[in-house]
Amino acid sequence: MGVTLPILILSIPLFMFLLLGLGGVKMSRKAAGICGITGMGTTMVLAYIVACTYYFSGDIAFIIDGIRQQYQVFDVTWLAFTEKLVVNIGFLLDPISALMLIVITTISFMVHLYSWGYMEHEPGFQRYYAFLSLFSFSMLGLVVATNIFQMYIFWELVGVSSYLLIGFFYKLPSAVSASKKAFIVTRFADLGFLIGILVLSFYTDTFNFVTMTDNPFEVLAQTHGATFMGASVLTWAMVLIFVGGMGKSAMMPLHIWLPDAMEGPTPVSALIHAATMVVAGVYLVARMFPVYCVVDTALTFVAIVGAITAFYAAVVACTQIDIKRVLAFSTISQIAFMMTSLACSRMGLVPEGHHEAYSGLGYMAGMFHLFTHAMFKALLFLGAGALIHAVHSNDYTKMGGLRKYMPITHWTFLIGCLAIAGIWPFAGFFSKDEMLAAMFNQHWFYGAWMTMVAGLTAFYMFRLYYRIFWWEENAEYQHHKPHDGPWQMSLPLLILAAISCVAGWIPFGEFVTWNGQEYHIHIEAPVAATSLIVAVLAIALATLMYAKKNPWPTRVKNMVPGLWEAAHRRFYWDEIYQFITHKIIFGMISKGIAWFDRHVIDATMDGFAKITQRTSVAIKGMQSGSTQAYVIWYFVGALLVAAITWICLI
Amino acid sequence: MFDNILIWFVVIPVIMMIGLGICRNKNIDAIRAVMVVGSTALLALSIVLCLVFLALRKGGDTSEMLFMGSWMWYAPLNIHLAVGVDGISVLMLLLSAIIVFAGTFASWKIDPLPKNFFLWFCLLSTGVFGFFISIDMFTMFMFYEVALIPMYLLIGVWGTGRKEYSAMKLTLMLMGGSAFLMLGLLGIYWHSTPEGMEKTWNILEIAQYANIEHGWQNFLFCLTFVGFGVLGAMFPFHTWSPDGHASAPTAVSMLHAGVLMKLGGYGCFRIAIYLLPQAANELAWIFIILTGISIVYGAFSACVQTDLKYINAYSSVSHCGMVLFALLMLNTTAMTGGILQMLSHGLMTALFFALIGMIYGRTHTRDVRQMGGLMRIMPYLAVCYMIAGFASLGLPGLSGFVAEMTIFFGSFQDSDIFHRIFVIAATTAIVITAVYILRVVGKLLLGPVQDDHHLKLTDASWFERLATVSLIVCIAGIGLFPNWINETIQESFAPIVNAIQGAATPGI
Repeated sequence: MGVTLPILILSIPLFMFLLLGLGGVKMSRKAAGICGITGMGTTMVLAYIVACTYYFSGDIAFIIDGIRQQYQVFDVTWLAFTEKLVVNIGFLLDPISALMLIVITTISFMVHLYSWGYMEHEPGFQRYYAFLSLFSFSMLGLVVATNIFQMYIFWELVGVSSYLLIGFFYKLPSAVSASKKAFIVTRFADLGFLIGILVLSFYTDTFNFVTMTDNPFEVLAQTHGATFMGASVLTWAMVLIFVGGMGKSAMMPLHIWLPDAMEGPTPVSALIHAATMVVAGVYLVARMFPVYCVVDTALTFVAIVGAITAFYAAVVACTQIDIKRVLAFSTISQIAFMMTSLACSRMGLVPEGHHEAYSGLGYMAGMFHLFTHAMFKALLFLGAGALIHAVHSNDYTKMGGLRKYMPITHWTFLIGCLAIAGIWPFAGFFSKDEMLAAMFNQHWFYGAWMTMVAGLTAFYMFRLYYRIFWWEENAEYQHHKPHDGPWQMSLPLLILAAISCVAGWIPFGEFVTWNGQEYHIHIEAPVAATSLIVAVLAIALATLMYAKKNPWPTRVKNMVPGLWEAAHRRFYWDEIYQFITHKIIFGMISKGIAWFDRHVIDATMDGFAKITQRTSVAIKGMQSGSTQAYVIWYFVGALLVAAITWICLI
Repeated sequence: MFDNILIWFVVIPVIMMIGLGICRNKNIDAIRAVMVVGSTALLALSIVLCLVFLALRKGGDTSEMLFMGSWMWYAPLNIHLAVGVDGISVLMLLLSAIIVFAGTFASWKIDPLPKNFFLWFCLLSTGVFGFFISIDMFTMFMFYEVALIPMYLLIGVWGTGRKEYSAMKLTLMLMGGSAFLMLGLLGIYWHSTPEGMEKTWNILEIAQYANIEHGWQNFLFCLTFVGFGVLGAMFPFHTWSPDGHASAPTAVSMLHAGVLMKLGGYGCFRIAIYLLPQAANELAWIFIILTGISIVYGAFSACVQTDLKYINAYSSVSHCGMVLFALLMLNTTAMTGGILQMLSHGLMTALFFALIGMIYGRTHTRDVRQMGGLMRIMPYLAVCYMIAGFASLGLPGLSGFVAEMTIFFGSFQDSDIFHRIFVIAATTAIVITAVYILRVVGKLLLGPVQDDHHLKLTDASWFERLATVSLIVCIAGIGLFPNWINETIQESFAPIVNAIQGAATPGI
């Protein structure tokens, strides 16, 4: 494969960013929109060509004896720290990066198109498209990274594009503080990532993924020798790298920025905070998977964090009334699903009594879910955007009975809900089934726990669906009839809905596996049946409670008021953080240091000055100008000299 | 003498001063013309020097310093005007020229007494350029003093706020540093050559003789390092920085934070570490602790300030702490990172102070609490401020990221637990920096407009745009294509690192 297409894939969005960012002021809205959309459309086509070439061409560079290879299209030196630690900027093609190329460009293009309708009346339209292009560039650069440092570079860049887009409505204080929070929380996590890279690269002497993961068992064996606080250095490195992933992927306890990030424009939430950027953490774990497999402890950590987060987010999602927040918590929960699934995929380390064929299942399933989730979650967010566009509120209590007014939004949203709930034959069913199978295989507890979370997912999604589209019709609709958005908004919804219907039937195991070998997907009947039954029961419960207006939801809420309130306030995580950052870090440490600086260090310096001044004031009286005084001083001096001489001589 | 390109770095500012002297006080256009022509000439000269230098290096000239020249100045003490540059000095000259250039445009409308202001400004530049081209310790010290003293008048006359106090404090503290320094340099001079030979001030010769005995090295190292460290804003000698910067006029802040503070770092490795390598190996830990404190301490202090200039002054304490911290790691990668950080911090802080000056010129306040929503009122300046902020918090693609990462990865090469702990403590600065930068960006540029009077203010004029664009281009240039600078610095460090390693294992 030539380098032209890959370079174009990266440079078109970058060029669009520069064009719209620098020249946007002088452009009309229409020109800016068309630039952005054609740019992204071209990128999408090119990415499809590259991905299809990779998957289907059968070229010896890409597949040898049925095993898919990692192929570096180009890799140029950017910065050489030492002879061995060299940072390159390159383009790596392998099963997961090709998959991500497809996911990112598809969703990004849909969002570009959708935004044309959604953002039509907003000021700063050109700036919006510039930031979207910047984000697409950074995200593409992240997934095709050939080395972990390139990934870190683009990791930071997606962080900043996310910051800029969350704070897009920069006149609103809430948007400003949400963007700040998102950046700082992820920055904190990136600190872990950075230290992880420092440690890992020190021992492996390379940043390059291919070199690093080629023979992890031998290369990394020495690292196991060194220990720090009871765990091997490698374990620490991998856990720290995962902390970076926890920040971006909003795993507990670093999840607090994601719900607030919903302050950004809704299409941005669909692109960045549902489909692409937030799965960067999953991608990171998948990318480093061969190394993670060497350190079992780190993988267990990933699995536990994932399992807790998935449950926590699902519970909180059941009590939110802002539709975007429900979707945000649902995203957190689903990403945690992927994390756990990845962690439950011990290749070569199959626990005793388990079938060899399952090794690597979790990896495949996690990536499969990443793909299907991107599609239906983007669909749900864009649907939510259409609702907000029509009703001008994020709050579902202001909605209800919308199915008659917004048929396209209604049907596509329903498909999204069915897909995420895991109902056959929609996309989510297949990926979720594989994930659960992998988890049951790891340990029955993970499987059972996550099946419960899947049930909760179905419940809160249908709670949301019914409250928006059924329940009781809002009286205000008589005056202001809500309606579906313009075609630019409806078309992406329809396309994504279509994908959500059929994506499950893709033989995903043929394309993406941890070792490049084909994996035959087989539906695990007991697991599938259990999860399907749980989902159906949950939907039935939601139907009972929310299809028509009735007092049951309030009664249930009043049965467990404390729990409900705690869940509604997201178990007080924000308050805890608020306390730590404001009271302790700002109020005590920062203020304390600033006080110390002014009143101790600076005061000491001023003190020297004062002492000098006082001394000079004190002794200046000696220069009195009176001859008598000088004579006395002369004699005193002469006597002293004489006395000292005398003492010395004796 | 004048066939040596380096001499012109001192000659041009002197000619500029003569030119300014001829101009009449009221004739502002002539004054500006002299400044623009002069600073452009300096910029062009430094670019030419840089290109010629790279060409010579590529052509295989591997001597430690290029463009050497030496002229006897005062024979009894063997003082020469000796000049010569390696890759690091070339980059420092380039940095200084860029900042002088941008500073000229940033003080386009200086008032009162523009002629006198620019006269002192040129004198300061003479000192800075002279310092970077010298390889004779005595002339180096002389130029150092020439650069410091105009600062007193520049702040005392054209400053704002408690300017007399700040000017006095800054000058006296730096003079205190100079006193240590003078002692240290004299000590090095007296021990420079073996018994019976003529003593020398020349840095290269002293390094060659490597004659200073161990006990003396330790003593002199402390003196010189502290002497230069005061200018490099090392904890606990940094308190001149917040007050000094807050009171200084825009161009002076730019030059001071941008270039003058770099004199400290430059002196630290060129004299303290290079000439006293044994002591550097032995005593680095003391200063690693102090600079490590600087990094975190400065960043935390910046978090709660409300005056824009104080925020950046404390941020400079943190970033300059990083410079010295990296130099003390004594390996090529980390020291290279230190130099990159000098360049990056110089450009970025100059941009910050230029923008603060421009904003202050419009709103007449520097208190973040009294401003808000400037993005709507002066989008150009606001976007530039944001870029400067991103450079400061280490966004990839801008210079700060390259510098910090080189420092971290270089420092991590020292594998004992002491270094590890301090490196990890230093990395936390990237989070704290993000906190105070975003806090300011959020309050100052975004959100609602605080003061309705601000709505009438105008955006940047052409000379302000020129000043900011020239700095931003350099910041992005380093951030996007760091490798040629990185290589240039790395090879310049070879003799210094050799000296250090030679000293670490005595007997070989």
